[in-house]
Amino acid sequence: MDSQYIDHAIILAGILFCLGLVGVMVRRNLLFIMISIEVMLNAAGLAFIAAGSAWDQAEGQVMFLAVITLGAAEVAVGLGLTLLLFRHHNSVNVDQLNQLRG
Amino acid sequence: MQQLWLIPSLPLVGFLLLVLGHGRCNRSVARLIGVGSVAMAALVTFWVALDFYSPGAPQSYQVQLWPWFSAGQLEVSFGLYLDGLALSMLFVITGVGSLIHWYASGYMWQDADYQRFFAYMNLFVAAMLMLVLADNLVLLFLGWEGVGLCSFLLIGFWYQDPANGYAARKAFVVTRVGDTAFAIGLLLLFRELGTLDLPTIMTLAPEEFVIGGNRPTLIAALLLAGALGKSAQLPLHTWLPDAMAGPTPVSALIHAATMVTAGVYLIARTHSVFLQAPEVLLAVAFIGLVTLLVAGFAALNQTDIKRVLAYSTMSQIGYMFFALGVGAWSESIFHLMTHALFKALLFMTAGSIILALHHQQDIRSMGGLRRQLPVPFWCFVIGSACLVAVPPTSGFFSKEAILNASWQLPGYGPWLWAGGVLGAFITAIYSFRLLFLVFFGPQKGQPQEPKGWQFHPPLIILGALSLVAGWFVLPTGAVLPASPDGHPPRWTLVVAIGLPLIGIGIAYQVYVRHQWQALRCTQWPLLRQFLLHGWGFDGLYKALFLTPFITLARVNRHDIIDRLPKLVVQFSRFLHQLFSQFQNGQLRFYIATLACAAIIVLVTTLMMRVF
Repeated sequence: MDSQYIDHAIILAGILFCLGLVGVMVRRNLLFIMISIEVMLNAAGLAFIAAGSAWDQAEGQVMFLAVITLGAAEVAVGLGLTLLLFRHHNSVNVDQLNQLRG
Repeated sequence: MQQLWLIPSLPLVGFLLLVLGHGRCNRSVARLIGVGSVAMAALVTFWVALDFYSPGAPQSYQVQLWPWFSAGQLEVSFGLYLDGLALSMLFVITGVGSLIHWYASGYMWQDADYQRFFAYMNLFVAAMLMLVLADNLVLLFLGWEGVGLCSFLLIGFWYQDPANGYAARKAFVVTRVGDTAFAIGLLLLFRELGTLDLPTIMTLAPEEFVIGGNRPTLIAALLLAGALGKSAQLPLHTWLPDAMAGPTPVSALIHAATMVTAGVYLIARTHSVFLQAPEVLLAVAFIGLVTLLVAGFAALNQTDIKRVLAYSTMSQIGYMFFALGVGAWSESIFHLMTHALFKALLFMTAGSIILALHHQQDIRSMGGLRRQLPVPFWCFVIGSACLVAVPPTSGFFSKEAILNASWQLPGYGPWLWAGGVLGAFITAIYSFRLLFLVFFGPQKGQPQEPKGWQFHPPLIILGALSLVAGWFVLPTGAVLPASPDGHPPRWTLVVAIGLPLIGIGIAYQVYVRHQWQALRCTQWPLLRQFLLHGWGFDGLYKALFLTPFITLARVNRHDIIDRLPKLVVQFSRFLHQLFSQFQNGQLRFYIATLACAAIIVLVTTLMMRVF
């Protein structure tokens, strides 16, 4: 792959990552925050794939597998927590879930 | 002598039984345990004494029971040491102690806290025996503090009255001053000799110390300070008159016969150190002389029967210190023994009078009691005669021996002798003033004599012992240095016997025949107040120590030194408040700060890469 493609792929991954980060910061709904985290994870995965293909190395794909696993685990735990929070507080608005302040 | 360990253990077991069975055992059981344990200790003492006196027996016996602790070079064990001096003290403590316990079992019968009383008394006897039998100074110090604690507990026995609690605290704090000096003296002694084992100190001290050197002088002075506090000598004597707030048997046991003589015992026990410090030894003689005169004059004008006896105790212990100082070591211990007998007798008789008059202690409300209270009257006569050293009572033998020895001290001898004789003269006046005011003159009050096997037999036994104790021979000769054996001129003996008799005559003229009224202190109000308050020592100490201390405490209410640690507290509290602002529970705030921090870290890393 040419080096200009990797530039494009990295720029795309950076844009995706920033979109996800902004989503995490501005969203109040916990479900959307988790979707945004998923976007960030996949942006990172895209960067790995692009780098792996640019240097003809298999590690990029290996890391992507790891990122997918991480994402799956995070979703499993995160959704469970969200479900419990909703049962207890009847809300998934993180601005209302602020009882742990110091 | 293998039974030696039983002697302190028995009262200790009695104490434990009484404490653990508190509220479960009734009065009779408590009486059996309380009196029985001390009486058993007395029996064991006589058993041990039989061994000690048997021909061919060693002059000292040391036994290590078990190790207590070791720190560096210091190895301290629970060890007992018996020699003639310790045995003499054992006789006094267990013998007089069991008679006083016997008497107390009747005296305190009506008291609600009968069990607690005997628990404290047994603990006291155990601690006192530990003090006397200890083979090292650390164990001796344990007993020393133990008797101090029991004295505190028993002075404040009737704790509902705040005045008693005050007296108890006063006794504790004043003796603590001396105890601190004593503890420092122990540490210094250990630094110099490397051991606190008493028999070793006895042999090491003459070898290691130069006579009159700085080190033995300092150590002896510190030990003396401890003895002054415990034995109520000037200037640490102010607690003893107030200590009379305790029950009368307590005054007889602790504040007359045993604990207050612990200072005398300490000096006799560490005599090898004192012999290397002649200046301190001379100071002992002068402190004793001043104390016996000051206390004698103060006793002239007290109105409380027990306070008269308290000042008289102080004065007699002054004689013991006086004797130690002039080198009459064995005579001092002999006077300790006779004094324990007759002063316990006087206190217990006073207790009977107080009970008979329904807890009246003011001698101005007493009078003409000799017909209603014949047994206490005769016991009081015997006790007073011993106190005044009328021949041939026991007090005569001990006091004459002391005065004889004082005459022979090179240098100050005759002056010390004159002071001692003056003290004996005053003793005669105040003791017979007390006797005449209480038992002669018009009858006042309606006495109901306490009778029964708990009241009369101990008094009569003690009275008989006080009369004949002059012929006892204590086995202290092998332990203590020999006394001067010269003979003073014959006229000194005549003066020493005659002056007390003249004193009795003066007391008779003034208080029975009501002549020479100008001699009565009531004619001199200022002097009367001065003597009544014991030469104003309490006021002096209040002005010297208490008032400045309280003023300082009031000025420095918000402790200046405390500001520094408080500054640390305030700073950390400020930081805490600052940082806890960040934990606001807003998840999105956390994420934003996390992102910002990540960006800062990334940017700085890149910048470092670039430059």
